[in-house]
Amino acid sequence: MIRKLALSTLTVAALCTAPVMAAEGGHIHDYAFSFEGPFGTYDRAQLQRGLQVYNEVCSACHGLELVTFRSLTDATGPGLDPDIMRAFAAEHEVPDGQGGYRTAGAPDHFPGSSLENAPDLSLMAKARAGFHGPYGLGINQLLHGMGGPEYIASFVTGFTGQETEQGGAIFYENAAFGGNVAMPPILSDGLVEYSDGTEATEHQMAQDVAAFLMWAAEPHLVQRKMWGFVGVVFLVLLASLLYLTNKRLWAPVKDQAKNS
Amino acid sequence: MSGIPHDHYEPKTGLEKWLDRRLPIVGLIYDTLMIPTPKNLNWWWIWGIVLAFCLVLQIVTGIVLVMHYTPESTMAFNSVEHIMRDVNGGYMLRYLHANGASLFFFAVYIHIFRGLYYGSYKAPREVTWIIGMLIYLAMMATGFMGYVLPWGLMSFWGATVITGLFGAIPGIGPTIQEWLLGGPAVGNYTLNRFFSLHYLLPFVIAGLVILHIWAFHTTGNNNPAGIDVRKGSKEEAEKDTLPFWPYFVIKDLFALVVVLLVFWAIVAFMPNFLGHPDNYRLANPMQTPAHIVPEWYFLPFYAILRAFTADVWVVIAAHWVSFGIIDAKFFGVLAMFGAILVLALTPWLDTSSVRSGRFRPMFKSFFWLLVVDFVVLMWAGSMPAEGIYTNIALIGAAYWFAYFLVILPLLGVLERPTTPPATIEQDFKATVKAHAKKSGPAPEQIPAE
Repeated sequence: MIRKLALSTLTVAALCTAPVMAAEGGHIHDYAFSFEGPFGTYDRAQLQRGLQVYNEVCSACHGLELVTFRSLTDATGPGLDPDIMRAFAAEHEVPDGQGGYRTAGAPDHFPGSSLENAPDLSLMAKARAGFHGPYGLGINQLLHGMGGPEYIASFVTGFTGQETEQGGAIFYENAAFGGNVAMPPILSDGLVEYSDGTEATEHQMAQDVAAFLMWAAEPHLVQRKMWGFVGVVFLVLLASLLYLTNKRLWAPVKDQAKNS
Repeated sequence: MSGIPHDHYEPKTGLEKWLDRRLPIVGLIYDTLMIPTPKNLNWWWIWGIVLAFCLVLQIVTGIVLVMHYTPESTMAFNSVEHIMRDVNGGYMLRYLHANGASLFFFAVYIHIFRGLYYGSYKAPREVTWIIGMLIYLAMMATGFMGYVLPWGLMSFWGATVITGLFGAIPGIGPTIQEWLLGGPAVGNYTLNRFFSLHYLLPFVIAGLVILHIWAFHTTGNNNPAGIDVRKGSKEEAEKDTLPFWPYFVIKDLFALVVVLLVFWAIVAFMPNFLGHPDNYRLANPMQTPAHIVPEWYFLPFYAILRAFTADVWVVIAAHWVSFGIIDAKFFGVLAMFGAILVLALTPWLDTSSVRSGRFRPMFKSFFWLLVVDFVVLMWAGSMPAEGIYTNIALIGAAYWFAYFLVILPLLGVLERPTTPPATIEQDFKATVKAHAKKSGPAPEQIPAE
């Protein structure tokens, strides 16, 4: 909590101006995430680490209000044990609908952003496209995915250290964004302590939290791909049968045409 | 139903006769399914079935989506996310519906260009063509309003830009725009009426589709040779045609499943490829996206809209001639709607006596250039409206109009078409023999079964 408060005070001054819209042309690093490609699935341990980074760092300013606590137990997602999930939810407070606050339970959503200008992160991994295809054709995206989590990971590690003061607020240059942003650099090596023993380097945390936010934006990705395979296998089978039926159906008509 | 002589339904049992005297519905279905269809239809003729499937897919997925969607500006965005997260299979329903719109337009563009190449718009099929164009217009309206419903950032600004087109009409424009929006700017009232119309229009399309099918069942299908089925006697007609069921139903179903295979893979493995990331952000009147781009299927016409800037000489001339009533913005709007209008008027702009492009040597090159032009315009529409891109869009727009207004009328006079085969039967035989020669041993070498 103290760390959160410290982070909040650090950034609150910087964020009183609305951030500039995403400019094109920033540098996005193409990370190899486990959920890429038709066979890719979420890495449960990585999502749990990402949840920890989100909870201990990002949530100081940002919200995740479209995500429910109960979904943290999803087997294809972070897969938290139900008891751990309920204990985690109980660490949060949500509006009780009567002007006050109450302890959150499993069906509740994560709290929203506590800073007005810090965007909610629920859909961030789909609301940013890291890769711009050559000449606007989007070919890059066809091969590499939309690059949302890549954008997030590149963004949180993309601060160049350059600061500009403008109208009493400080802006920070970000290479992934390709310009100045109101969000200050947050991540530094060892900022969190992972319980699974993974070393919490800046880049490790960036990728973990990006993976977690991808899950937050697309919780049913694995099921969707599974349906993809079921459908493709079924349709290939159906297409083969229809091809043979069609061939057989037309054979006499074509033979007649050939032999006359 | 069609002018081609063929067997009609004869009620046999007592019950069938009883029903037929009161409601001849079995006969109607029989005649529709057994319509004599030219033997020589090629694979470009399968997109009609794909389109019919798309309409059903969109209506079915749409009706289920509405059960969970809230058409209210503070709740719409979150209700879509509710569908994506909490509704059983909701993510598939929504991705099918969103990508289904893309498949719908992809199929309709191939269907339209097929008609343009083989002269399907020519007499006696002008009414089929016009109804088809009305379907296309209704599809564009439906697609546009559907894109507004998730209430994302691009939804909001797309609605602002597109209704702004009507605002560019001199005099009554602003009134029309306000009437379309239901208020001074895009707001909850806009979302409500767009939702209402988005639900209504597909059923209008379904009605138009019935008319479309009725019209070409009356004239008979066009075919790659562009010649008529012999209608002298039933025997003669049967040499040129085969009944729709089972020959073309099975052929079309096979093609449909192959198309669906690709479609399903896109939906399941890259569902957001054709969408815009900005639409995963809540609509916000205070925040404008870096580039406001419509969905890909509107891009060619969007490029034409933006091509006519104030420094183009035709715009300057129009401005001068109309005493300043037509400015660059209004000219662009006129050009965009004009681009669709010339397409609708093709039956009367094409003066050639030969239907199929297969027998028109000069037409062929101009046609394929039009296809390239369409793709180039689509690309130009996705780029920012500045520098070289507006020039490319302008050249593309100029060719679009030149094709319909100058090239098509002149070609009929200047071009010497080659001679089409005398009958569809001959054309079919020639195609089958050419294909047999290309693949596998000659027919006489195949052992008899």
